[in-house]
Amino acid sequence: MKTIDEINEKIKNGDVCVVTAEEMKEIVESLGAEKASKEVDVVTTGTFGAMCSSGVFLNFGHSDPPIKMKRVWLNDVEAYTGIAAVDAYLGVTQVSESRENYGGAHVIEELVSGREVELKAIGYGTDCYPRKEIVTEISLEDLNQAIMVNPRNAYQRYKAATNSSDRVLRTYMGTLLPNFGNVTFAGTGEISPLNNDPEYRTIGIGTRIFLCGAKGYIIGEGTQHSPPFATLMVKGNLKDMKPEYMKAAVFPGYGVTMFVGIGVPIPILDEEMAKFTAIRDRDIVTEIIDFGVPRRDKPVVRRVTYEELKSGRVEINGEEVRVSPLSSLYMARKIMKDLKKMIERGEFFLTKPVERLSRKGELKPMRQKEIKVVRSVMTTAITVSEDTSIEEAARIMINRSVNHLPVVNPEGILVGIVTSWDIAKAVALNKRGSVKEVMTKKVIVTHPDEPVEIAARKMEEHNISALPVVDAKRRVIGLVTSEDLSRLVAR
Amino acid sequence: MLLLLRYDSRTVKQPIISRTTLKTGALINILKAEVGARKGEIVIEVSDEKAMEVEKVLKEMGVEVVELTGAVVKDDSKCIHCGLCISICPTEVFRFDEDMKVVADVEKCIHCGTCVRVCPTNALSLPT
Repeated sequence: MKTIDEINEKIKNGDVCVVTAEEMKEIVESLGAEKASKEVDVVTTGTFGAMCSSGVFLNFGHSDPPIKMKRVWLNDVEAYTGIAAVDAYLGVTQVSESRENYGGAHVIEELVSGREVELKAIGYGTDCYPRKEIVTEISLEDLNQAIMVNPRNAYQRYKAATNSSDRVLRTYMGTLLPNFGNVTFAGTGEISPLNNDPEYRTIGIGTRIFLCGAKGYIIGEGTQHSPPFATLMVKGNLKDMKPEYMKAAVFPGYGVTMFVGIGVPIPILDEEMAKFTAIRDRDIVTEIIDFGVPRRDKPVVRRVTYEELKSGRVEINGEEVRVSPLSSLYMARKIMKDLKKMIERGEFFLTKPVERLSRKGELKPMRQKEIKVVRSVMTTAITVSEDTSIEEAARIMINRSVNHLPVVNPEGILVGIVTSWDIAKAVALNKRGSVKEVMTKKVIVTHPDEPVEIAARKMEEHNISALPVVDAKRRVIGLVTSEDLSRLVAR
Repeated sequence: MLLLLRYDSRTVKQPIISRTTLKTGALINILKAEVGARKGEIVIEVSDEKAMEVEKVLKEMGVEVVELTGAVVKDDSKCIHCGLCISICPTEVFRFDEDMKVVADVEKCIHCGTCVRVCPTNALSLPT
């Protein structure tokens, strides 16, 4: 049994034994946990991934005459300033109001790289803060404080993503190709901080960490902390950070985020800690979930280990699918090595947490008044058979004042749809015959239990104004139109 | 060699690829094709020996022929080696080296451009 104080004494004397998490696996395998725990004092872990729940608190100092900022923008990216007069919180995912593919993460990156950014603020004017507007240029050194505070970082493990649908999806898990075209995963597995201390014995409030090249601290469990999908809330001084350990990024079709570099030193206090840090990717299990279903609870395609994910290929439904990481293993390794050197050189000392992270946690869904589903807004569908003549279809549309006629076979199963536009076009081209010749055969449909938001997004995406509602056997049971949905909004 | 063929509504109705093969005997591999009613754009692969001849025949049919020499370019100052491009590329241009850095075997690139839109740090580009 070692104490943190004893380890720090060794760091001071320059005879501490520090190894990276990768090296530790080998050491425990060859020496056994007991011997390894005597040899090794500290194991460094690392991760470098897109961490959307990140940002910085900034204090700009007071202007003359002073302003109480009501709203503030940095390079046209709005920061939250509902906190005192000249304090603001700039989140990495906030997007620019004028520039595409630019956001909070980019502003933070510019500041850390020593560049100036434009500050623009408005106030409402008070006796103590009379100014109503200000535009100026600021750099990191002009700020009183710039403190990175990230509410949710360093996920212990994360669900991997794939896509069963027939179109390309642009998500926060990267671009997902149709028909299970690829898999993406986040996290660094066996070298990730929390996986090396799964009971949070040494990682807790007050733990000193490496945060984007600076010394930072864990200030508690992160939001959505739910072991073994644990998370960390961290802070660090932006002024001490280095641009190489952070990177503004854009996920096409999703938005802006930032890659954040985090390293956590784990003290090997005893045999148990040596055992913990020997964890392998093959022991770390997660799930591949299907982003083809745009719901909160996405179906699980299969369970998978980080070893399989890191191999670059996994099997789904008997086929080999290629895998991409979202976290940089190269950068995570670099952070582990850099932190190791900092400790060896006596520049970084360990801390004992003042409180451990909770080993429990629950990820609750949002409390919603109700989830409105298609069933509640759909109307009766007026259906026709394939051999209905174009003239007859036109008559039905006029008599029933509808614009869409789902076309069904004798069993009531959907085979197509005709719209008033299809009929108008047929008339203009002097086409005679049945609706079979003018109908759209590839019909976009909805289901009675689908939330209306998803039905609305389908119409928007495909630029159409109605969706037949079908049951599991593709029998038409109703119709939902964009007018039905806009009535919902208007209420 | 990779050739980019562009043609307009006059040529779009002609069987330009078959005709070129029949005239030159060259084996043509179509890597990418976008053919609409008013114009078409095709990327083909032909052997270096036959390239000149193929180009001549295509030009006679009114097809604009551009030699694609530069493959996808990775800006290493921007790349953070996440590897997102790896599973996206249809011809597996990208892979990790032993240091877990992303490297590109650019001779496999077919200029589809899929990776360019996928890269979160905008590190990939196709020379035009």
